[in-house]
Amino acid sequence: MNPWAEALRRATSLALALAPGFALAHEETGQAAGFLAGLVHPVSGMDHVLAMIAVGLWGAVLGPPAIWVLPVAFPMVMALGGLLGLLGIPVPGVEIGIAISAIVLGAMVLAEVRPPIWLAALIVAFFAVFHGHAHGRELPEGTSALLYSLGFVVATGLLHAVGILLGVAHRWPDGRNALRVAGAGVSLAGLYFLWRAVT
Amino acid sequence: MKPQARLLVVITTVAAAPAAEAHLVETGFGAFYDGIAHVVMTPADLLMVLALALLAGQRGTRAARYALFALPLAWLVGGFLGARWPGSGALPLWTTLTFLLAGALVALNARIRDGGIAALAVLAGTLHGFVNGATMGPLGASSLALGGAIAAVFCITAIVAAEITALPAGWPRIAVRVAGSWIAAAGLLTLGWLARTIA
Repeated sequence: MNPWAEALRRATSLALALAPGFALAHEETGQAAGFLAGLVHPVSGMDHVLAMIAVGLWGAVLGPPAIWVLPVAFPMVMALGGLLGLLGIPVPGVEIGIAISAIVLGAMVLAEVRPPIWLAALIVAFFAVFHGHAHGRELPEGTSALLYSLGFVVATGLLHAVGILLGVAHRWPDGRNALRVAGAGVSLAGLYFLWRAVT
Repeated sequence: MKPQARLLVVITTVAAAPAAEAHLVETGFGAFYDGIAHVVMTPADLLMVLALALLAGQRGTRAARYALFALPLAWLVGGFLGARWPGSGALPLWTTLTFLLAGALVALNARIRDGGIAALAVLAGTLHGFVNGATMGPLGASSLALGGAIAAVFCITAIVAAEITALPAGWPRIAVRVAGSWIAAAGLLTLGWLARTIA
């Protein structure tokens, strides 16, 4: 037999023999706990909450298509950040990045900055990596990783939805002013988070 | 390596692999309903069926019809294969990849041809059916349980895909894409968990 074919056959045999070791087929255990733990996790940190709501607010300020592009893009890029964290790939200055995300996103809402859609998506995606990296790693014992992840993503998406719903106020002059004040509040909170992160 | 020595290595490796800790959901109504509950209570299966139904619904009536029949039939074939040769176990990496891919395609609103949807349904259905057969069979589940699982897959696909094809343009369609991004994000995070577990 060709030596390459023989090597391939051996590797395949070994892989098949090891495969049952990967069988973590206890999906039915810890499902409710996993989902609820994931659902609660994003709202346990005010920095994450404010930044997520600010994403929704900014999307509402920008209007279509940003109002839906940002919430579609954010979870996927955030999960990519979580994946980097789970794989042990370090991302420098995670806490500082999260704090700056609140400052920048709040400032975007405050100043009603309207960059091109690709730039807005890029800014949001950049910060999403920090949020995902920081929050995607903590799985409580005895819970389903998949349902924890799903709960985590759903909670983040719902925070975006809160921002988008609040952003409806942008249609009215008073509501527009209220949103700018909210943006300023998010930025100020971001400054506080930044101060806490560097001291 | 001599054939006897190789055989010894393979047997030792297989014996050393930890057993799958799966357990079939028992509804108390019999094997058929246990099979239905198995799909509904197994997040990877449920997310894959939902993601594929969303994708098929996005692409229109014909694609939805293809998926409606391709997915359960492939599930049936995979189920019998898994029950016959259950050696590979739960294959969580591959089942995660299938719903991750389907979710990402939904989020991207990918313009896939009807044949592509059918092919994806066949691949995913065979894989998940195989895992069902491999994990349910050794637990004493009869082919009736597999029938229940296939009935569940058919019904979920029919209902979800039909609803999505009937959705008007605008926000409802965007909500579908957001749902796809959530499924894909949960898949990405789960991949990270699996990588960490294996490492």
